[in-house]
Amino acid sequence: MEKSAFFNSKLLPYLLLVPQLVITFVFFYWPASQALWQSFLREDAFGLSSEFIGMENYQALFAEPQYYKAMLTTVVFSTLVAALSLSIALLFATQADKNLKAAPAYKTFMIWPYAVAPAVAGVLWIFMFQPSLGTLARPLRAMGFDWNPLLNGNHALILVVMAAVWKQISYNFLFFLAGLQSIPKSVIEAGAIDGAGPMRRFWTIVFPLLSPTTFFLLVVNVVYVFFDTFGIIDAVTGGGPAGATTTMVYKVYADGRLGGDLGGSAAQSVVLMVIVIALTAIQFRYVERKVQY
Amino acid sequence: MVEHRPWNDIIAYAILTLGVFIVAFPVYLALIASTHDAATVVGGNMPLSPGGRTLENYYRAVFLGGSRTSREPVGHMLTNSFISAIGIAVGKIFISILSAYAVVYFRFPFRKAAFWIIFVTLMLPVEVRIYPTYKVVSDLQMLDTYAGLILPLIASATGTLLFRQFFMTVPDELLEASRIDGAGPFRFFWDTLLPLSRTTIAALFVIQFIYGWNQYLWPLLITTQDSMQTIVTGIKKMLTTTDELAEWQLAMATAVLAMLPPVAVVVFMQRLFVRGLVETEK
Amino acid sequence: MALRQFGAAATLTVALALTAAPAHAVTEIQWWHAMTGGNNDIVNKLAEEFNASQGDYKVVPSFKGSYPDTMNAGIAAFRAGNAPHIIQVFEVGTATMMGATGAIKPVYQLMKDAGEPFDPKAYLPTITGYYSTSKGDMLSFPFNSSSMVMWINKDELKKAGVVEIPKTWPEVFDAAKKLKAAGHATCGFSNAWATWAHIEQFSAWHNVPIGTKANGLNGFDTELKFNSPLHIKHLQNLIDLQKDKTYDYSGRGGASESRFGSGECAIFLTSSGYYATAKGTAKFDFTSVPMPYYPDVTGAPQNSIIGGASLWVMGGKKPEEYKGVAKFFAFLSDTDRQARLHQESGYLPITRAAYEKTKADGFYEKNPIPQTPLKELTNKEPTENSRGLRFGNMVQMRDIWGEEMEAALAGQKTAKEALDAAVARGNAMLRSFEKTAK
Repeated sequence: MEKSAFFNSKLLPYLLLVPQLVITFVFFYWPASQALWQSFLREDAFGLSSEFIGMENYQALFAEPQYYKAMLTTVVFSTLVAALSLSIALLFATQADKNLKAAPAYKTFMIWPYAVAPAVAGVLWIFMFQPSLGTLARPLRAMGFDWNPLLNGNHALILVVMAAVWKQISYNFLFFLAGLQSIPKSVIEAGAIDGAGPMRRFWTIVFPLLSPTTFFLLVVNVVYVFFDTFGIIDAVTGGGPAGATTTMVYKVYADGRLGGDLGGSAAQSVVLMVIVIALTAIQFRYVERKVQY
Repeated sequence: MVEHRPWNDIIAYAILTLGVFIVAFPVYLALIASTHDAATVVGGNMPLSPGGRTLENYYRAVFLGGSRTSREPVGHMLTNSFISAIGIAVGKIFISILSAYAVVYFRFPFRKAAFWIIFVTLMLPVEVRIYPTYKVVSDLQMLDTYAGLILPLIASATGTLLFRQFFMTVPDELLEASRIDGAGPFRFFWDTLLPLSRTTIAALFVIQFIYGWNQYLWPLLITTQDSMQTIVTGIKKMLTTTDELAEWQLAMATAVLAMLPPVAVVVFMQRLFVRGLVETEK
Repeated sequence: MALRQFGAAATLTVALALTAAPAHAVTEIQWWHAMTGGNNDIVNKLAEEFNASQGDYKVVPSFKGSYPDTMNAGIAAFRAGNAPHIIQVFEVGTATMMGATGAIKPVYQLMKDAGEPFDPKAYLPTITGYYSTSKGDMLSFPFNSSSMVMWINKDELKKAGVVEIPKTWPEVFDAAKKLKAAGHATCGFSNAWATWAHIEQFSAWHNVPIGTKANGLNGFDTELKFNSPLHIKHLQNLIDLQKDKTYDYSGRGGASESRFGSGECAIFLTSSGYYATAKGTAKFDFTSVPMPYYPDVTGAPQNSIIGGASLWVMGGKKPEEYKGVAKFFAFLSDTDRQARLHQESGYLPITRAAYEKTKADGFYEKNPIPQTPLKELTNKEPTENSRGLRFGNMVQMRDIWGEEMEAALAGQKTAKEALDAAVARGNAMLRSFEKTAK
């Protein structure tokens, strides 16, 4: 998508880009390239003995069954989290957008999860769902349901999905609401005058006008789900049991922790980056066509 | 509203109430935990009603700090978090609005490449590149400084993407009109685009402030002085214990206090939202 | 007149300035640690006492977070060229710390260079053996050590009709069944630190190897061996008992310790360091006893392996600074100080003299629980299988072993399959680590 109206200055755009590019180079590309270079090395934790081993880390990676399991877990996890957090947030945003008297209060409440630091959120979820002592686990057990995320992989997955969705709902809600509130009321009224009911109005008028926001959130949510969720996973299940909640990004983190396998971890990062860049490129190429600016 | 169907309103209220419950319950738990003593919190039988230790816990949290981990009173940690969060939010807004402007409203070689160069920064979490990033910050003598807390975290691209999306929705006619009036890129930006962007800036400010506020790993790594600690690292330090009863109630009290500034920011920004929206009603 | 007086005054001032005690540059020694709560107070007190006892060196402790966070900070700092002098690293990080020559300065070397008196035999062998070379040269300085003990809820056992506190695994299984029948539907017995309990401590306590080369202490070319028939039998028992929660798995780490304090699990194996929390939360009569064993295994019970952390000295510092560190370690080893430390904090004493002194003081008559880990550690003279363990990338290792255990307990694999997989995957990691350790 391109703008048809633009400026022709030659130097100005570069100058505008300089601040971000400089920061990005110094604090991202320079360290990141060193980190990625490690994918071709075998190194100890302190960097005192490094050996160039070419593609060995990559070969070892693709021969490891746990890696494929992590890929599958990632697909399942990401789809669930993205789909749930986007749709639930949209639902809440549309309800809050109606000029209900209590809407401002609701809006404030919806933000709370986002204000909770991930480090603390993980702790709260354990409080609630620890198999025997959790506040919400006990009623589950009382109902005869053997809730055990410590041994049951599916339970563990449900738990981390809930925790990750919980956090994301706030973020998505904030942007959906802003998007909804910037749609001129006149357009919706015109639809009503034409005889369209609320559901029809939503899907034919509101949703298309919301599409720039939706696209932004789709891209950001995919990135979030692939990269930023390992904090929650680490706090709540530690990737277990038996690897049931080990996503690709969690594996990157766990394998590289405390200098354990910096080379293998770096190789995994490279693969992950390539996958997400491809996914995002696809989104920009094919999904953005449907967006109405 | 367009038509007034009370049934719709009731459904709306129901959904929102359920939403609030889902969303607020964990936070409610934290609040309750901050009113009991540590043994109750950890003993597995914490009631859902407040305990009797509210004043005592909050007093200790605010004035004495997590007494045995960092001795840093809450006020000081809150200040550090505040400075760093504001720095990150303002810094990020500044550099990304400029970059987005360049990428959307100008034609120049490597335009698309520049966007992707910025965008790829989202694809490698800081934990993966932590050792080299630490070294860079250390080489630049930025350990234990606000600059070190802020600069490495403003590099990310969400802001640029957001502003790009917004700028794409701005009608071309506005630019044409500006041109006819004789305005160049600066005038257009300052007089037309920036005021229109108010809502987006407010939303981004909220998100980045909270992002900066809730940082854990990076501040933990680059600060050694107790005086440079942020509130979230302070809380986490209270919770990590080896062979000791963690001061859960103090940690939860501090966590509750730590939630207040972000929420305050949101409430404050919401006013700006509404005002901004009313003015741009087309 | 005034000028002469001024001159005299000036001369006097200069003379005084020159003869005044020269401003002594105090050498600062940075100490990064992971101690919280009461232990944090102790760290700070030790530093204060040392600093007050002499004027040349100043130890500056900094709390850097949990054990993993502290070690992470240390690695990052070393790579950036500004590591602290002393860093507290948990036992699991031992192989990583010593794997790279030059990253650390071995303690025995440090003490020798600084000329500080140092007698390795004064230290309790099970405690220092973990942190020493096979020749007995100490690499790091033990600071806070613990062992794994079995915590017993005496009230609940009595209610369930268990007359004697169980000593062997079969007795534990029996007691657990009785506890279940008496109402503990969700837990007959359990434990924290899954792999520490059922692989590491289990092997040492039964005098069987976890891996070759004295569990890795004698060389990085060690191979894992814990898929033996005994280990398989034990894991199979756990799998069988998990089915009706006579045994109930509680996760890989220490977060589940509250299951004991809350009364849910009346028999619970975890660190001896749990004592502080137990005192604070348990509202029933409890005690700790040595871990159980299989009576039909010759040589069991042998002795336990320590857990906890030690102090490592980072490489690349100046000799003057190392002198200060050496002085500090000598200060820490003082008998009275060790005895006092042990009695106040629950840390195990690291010297024989301190242990004897505490016994002589009658401390254990009044406080039997702190003695349980010591009884385990000094049960017998350590063998090749029980001096300790040293495997590279131990953090990831424990994750792998935990994963396989979980698969077995959840019924996805048999005990043999799980242990074989754990050994195979672990060996792959060891070979990779061996290549980086020079």
